[in-house]
Amino acid sequence: MLRTIGGYWDPVVWVVAFIVILIIAYMVRAFGRREYKKGEQIKPFLSGVEEPSKEKVHVRGGNIYWGFIEALRGYYDYMKKMHSGMVNDYVAWFVGVAAIIFVVMFVVVMI
Amino acid sequence: MNWMEHLPALIIATPLLAAFITPLIDKISKKARNAIVFIALAATFILSIFLVRDVFENGIRIYVMGASNPTKTIPIQAAVPIRIVLEIDGLAAFMILISTLIALVALIFSFSHIKERGGKFYTLFLLTVVGMLGMELTGDLFNLFVFLEIASIASAALIAYEFKRESTTEAAIKYIVISSLAALFVLFAIGLLYGEYDLLNMAAIAKAIEITGLSNIDKIALILFFAAFAMKAGAAPMHMWMPDAYGEAPGAISLVLIAVTQASLYAMLRVCFTIYANSLHIIIPAAIIILGLISIFIGVTMALIQDDVKRLIAYAAVAEVGYILLAIGVGLYGVLNNEVEAYARKALQGGIFHIFNDVLDIGLLFLVAGGIIYITKERNLNKLGGLAHSMKYTSLLFLIGLAAVAGLPPMNGFASKIMIYESVYKVSPILSIIAILASIIMLAIFVKIFHSVFTGPKIEEHKEVPKLMLVSMIILAALIIIFGLFPDLIIKNVVDPAVNSLIENAAYIARVMG
Repeated sequence: MLRTIGGYWDPVVWVVAFIVILIIAYMVRAFGRREYKKGEQIKPFLSGVEEPSKEKVHVRGGNIYWGFIEALRGYYDYMKKMHSGMVNDYVAWFVGVAAIIFVVMFVVVMI
Repeated sequence: MNWMEHLPALIIATPLLAAFITPLIDKISKKARNAIVFIALAATFILSIFLVRDVFENGIRIYVMGASNPTKTIPIQAAVPIRIVLEIDGLAAFMILISTLIALVALIFSFSHIKERGGKFYTLFLLTVVGMLGMELTGDLFNLFVFLEIASIASAALIAYEFKRESTTEAAIKYIVISSLAALFVLFAIGLLYGEYDLLNMAAIAKAIEITGLSNIDKIALILFFAAFAMKAGAAPMHMWMPDAYGEAPGAISLVLIAVTQASLYAMLRVCFTIYANSLHIIIPAAIIILGLISIFIGVTMALIQDDVKRLIAYAAVAEVGYILLAIGVGLYGVLNNEVEAYARKALQGGIFHIFNDVLDIGLLFLVAGGIIYITKERNLNKLGGLAHSMKYTSLLFLIGLAAVAGLPPMNGFASKIMIYESVYKVSPILSIIAILASIIMLAIFVKIFHSVFTGPKIEEHKEVPKLMLVSMIILAALIIIFGLFPDLIIKNVVDPAVNSLIENAAYIARVMG
């Protein structure tokens, strides 16, 4: 049992609770209707249009979270510009951060 | 000869000797070469366990290089330490345990895919290990610089190992340019301190600063050290070399690079908590917290838009470094404000525990990514898919890594992150909320990889990764689960000695200076 500031965390209790919930979920599932037809009922209904093959409709990595990225386009445009891949920029950021800490440290101490 | 007495030197000497023997053995037999490298690193790991056990049970260990009495730090005619001193406290012991373990796991992984130029590869591999172990064991600043250089140069060459891909060479050049600049900063800072105090030993310099107070020269040296080690640790916005280096290096080397990064983080802790300790201005913990937050934010948001599987994990690694920095910054802030028991100890426990967890979690994901690239020869998420059909064990191992790095219970990442969230909340609830939200985005990022790489229809027929790759991944996954299920045991036995050595820094100085 791990003591934290707000209380404690016991992963073993969590695992036991998780297993109990899984068993309950399985039992609830067992109450389901047994006349379910495996092949027929899982087909999506597309207004009578033939379902495209799974290969054609699989969402690729580049399309995931498209809306989120599009909503933050301004931020991402800036970030892409910042991550230019140029080693000069890497050095500039490094020296820049050191300079900022330097200025802040000496200015704050003087104040 | 009492071998136990010479443990600190042997931990550096064993891989160093093997590094020079390896190219010679390689000319005779590849299998013998692999056996030598494995025996050397396994022996180093076992030696480090002996040393760690000794340090945790009996306190700080000292070893004076080349002295007739290796425990006598100050010679009779002198008032300060003259020779190179290796000093191992709880934190150093914690770090060498991580480094030797990770090096051994990475080595096992590498046996499956390093076919060409193995002699050179393993020499550089062992030199990288020597570099990071030296950084963690030394109590001498100039020695720290030398080992930093060894680790940087050897790992730059390893990044360019697959030099037939142009991007690897480019990444290695960027890495060596930025590392050289950092090394210059460190050397300049050492020069400033040496010019002021005529000392190179960390404990002796810490004592001198304590007596004379913080001068402007000390402050300039502190800023140079801080910036250099923060950059080498991958703190944003100085993190840009990390996706290049981690992304282009072979899978096993990405894992070793994480350990090298953590060695730089260790050096930063040593500077802040030992050399400057109570003379530190509050700006330093504030800077660490700010860099941590920027790292978390930039790491997770940039990971979200990556198409290259290894670059994506590398950005997640930047975010993980951010969590560690956030916790350490809050811990240091608490120590300086005498609020150790209120939240600083818990923050440092969370941060130090997260160093180990980061290496295990991100390391496992890098190994899985390395295995996928080895099998499919593809790293673009848009071209991968359906691998769970043919790579069942790899998929399961990736799921474990995913859950761990996203901080899902009952994995190890959850245990360290909950300590970080709660302690950071004591200082500022906003910081804690940002950290939690970033963790949710982290989960989304790895769901993206899992969906892109493993789910969906089978695109091509592939086989499972080689057995030795699986073994190395299983070792990390097993540790993730053990650390997750029994965090209290790990914190009590491994993390707490490291945290105590950070808080009670006077013991480190007293052990050398008497």
